Amino acid sequence: MGIISSGFHGKRQTGNPALPPGQYETASFPVLTAGPAPYVATADWEFFIRTEAGERHAWSWDAFMALPQVDIRTDIHCVTSWSKLGTSWRGVSLDTLFEDVETTSDYTTAHSYGGYTTNVPLQDLRDGQAWVAWEFDGEPLERAHGGPARLLVPHLYFWKSAKWINGIELTQDDLPGFWESNGYHIHGDPWREERYS
Amino acid sequence: MSTLWRVADVVSGVPETETSRTIGLRVDGLMGNLAGQHIDIRLTADDGYTAVRSYSVATASMDEIIEITVDELANGEVSPYLVRDLAVGDQLEIRGPVGGWFVWRPTDTNPVQLIAGGSGIVPLMSMIRAHEASENPSPFRLLYSLKSPEAGFYREELLTLGQQSPKLTVDYVYTRSVPQGWPTAPKRLTAETLLANILPPDATPDTFICGQTIFVETVAEWLVESGYPAASIKTERFGGTGGTR
Ligand SMILES: Cc1cc2nc3c(=O)[nH]c(=O)nc-3n(C[C@H](O)[C@H](O)[C@H](O)COP(=O)(O)OP(=O)(O)OC[C@H]3O[C@@H](n4cnc5c(N)ncnc54)[C@H](O)[C@@H]3O)c2cc1C
Repeated sequence: MGIISSGFHGKRQTGNPALPPGQYETASFPVLTAGPAPYVATADWEFFIRTEAGERHAWSWDAFMALPQVDIRTDIHCVTSWSKLGTSWRGVSLDTLFEDVETTSDYTTAHSYGGYTTNVPLQDLRDGQAWVAWEFDGEPLERAHGGPARLLVPHLYFWKSAKWINGIELTQDDLPGFWESNGYHIHGDPWREERYS
Repeated sequence: MSTLWRVADVVSGVPETETSRTIGLRVDGLMGNLAGQHIDIRLTADDGYTAVRSYSVATASMDEIIEITVDELANGEVSPYLVRDLAVGDQLEIRGPVGGWFVWRPTDTNPVQLIAGGSGIVPLMSMIRAHEASENPSPFRLLYSLKSPEAGFYREELLTLGQQSPKLTVDYVYTRSVPQGWPTAPKRLTAETLLANILPPDATPDTFICGQTIFVETVAEWLVESGYPAASIKTERFGGTGGTR
């Protein structure tokens, strides 16, 4: 049971079942990154998947755009307590990207341009739960938000949705990525409030 | 563990400016914080409704008492309560201190450039305090961007340190009003002013930028464009507008 602050009334907007515990709704789209945003031109961009056997699958921007594109409407939840409900994105499902990939790994590390990494269990990336997204609200994804493309894993806290995504490496073990090595939770499920390690 | 909510006693509350207050919190068994870390504060209304916000720790000690400085955001949910209503003797809940990235450690050896916009001074003050309390000899330089002289946090302490510390340099830029006798008129921070008041890239500083999101984004971009390696720049965004457009 919490400590009651009798003079505190708050501006309640809870009771919204779409909000995980401890989250509040925001209309804006705050930016959270560890440092400045890298520049990546689509001409230089590629997306890869590397298996534990060293097999590498890679797509140039054009090859990636030629894959089936889907529209995604989803809520996103940031560990700093804001949630944005009903956001719309367009991108490629990871199910599509993993179609020809053979692996026995259970875990992955997402690698971004600029050196950012985050770990996500493979089962959190499959079955319609994750995308590589390049459009937000009908516009190309801004660089500040991860453009040209970012990972989108909206059922986990948003730091797992790596901006400026470059590729996914399959790993046998669950290896902590950047924020996971800096005090944040290894998994990051907002409904269980897996915020900090 | 840092994930657990713990009860904190409010042991002090001292106005910092007209809209802000420094609050001392004592937590049983707490062993201080790394310079630059933040805590989460949870407030619970009498019907059980809760609100959580993050606040940087301003102090750098190994103590059961830490201090935060909260700036009131007009119409905000949590900050007006913390600045105006919370009283010494009250209790609230905190989680943390957390964060292992936007931190400075006394074992770090590079020169350090700190860049604060408004209340973004808070975690940087923690770093300055940790640096002053340590034997660490590397030079620290602070650039503090402020609306007006009256909006500055920790004014006395920064003035004294700026004059007396052999390893800290403090520079100010004012965006709306300047102190009497100030050589330049108030104006928006520009890349030129910024670059004239910080350590140059060839000094290879570690740079920490903190403030409202738009301030942090703008300054970080200028630095990267001016040849500071992105990997040497760490940022902490307090929120507010920016990044959306
Ligand atoms: C890691 C971290 C550390 C922080 N440290 C400090 C600190 O040391 N001192 C401090 O005063 N604050 C700090 N903040 C900001 C703080 O967490 C709250 O966001 C702030 O106090 C506003 O909360 P509120 O409930 O009063 O306003 P809310 O009710 O949450 O917001 C009211 C309105 O103001 C906007 N807003 C939210 N934050 C800001 C902002 N920073 N600037 C301008 N507009 C904003 C919102 O978008 C909203 O429209 C920190 C934030 C983070 C993420």
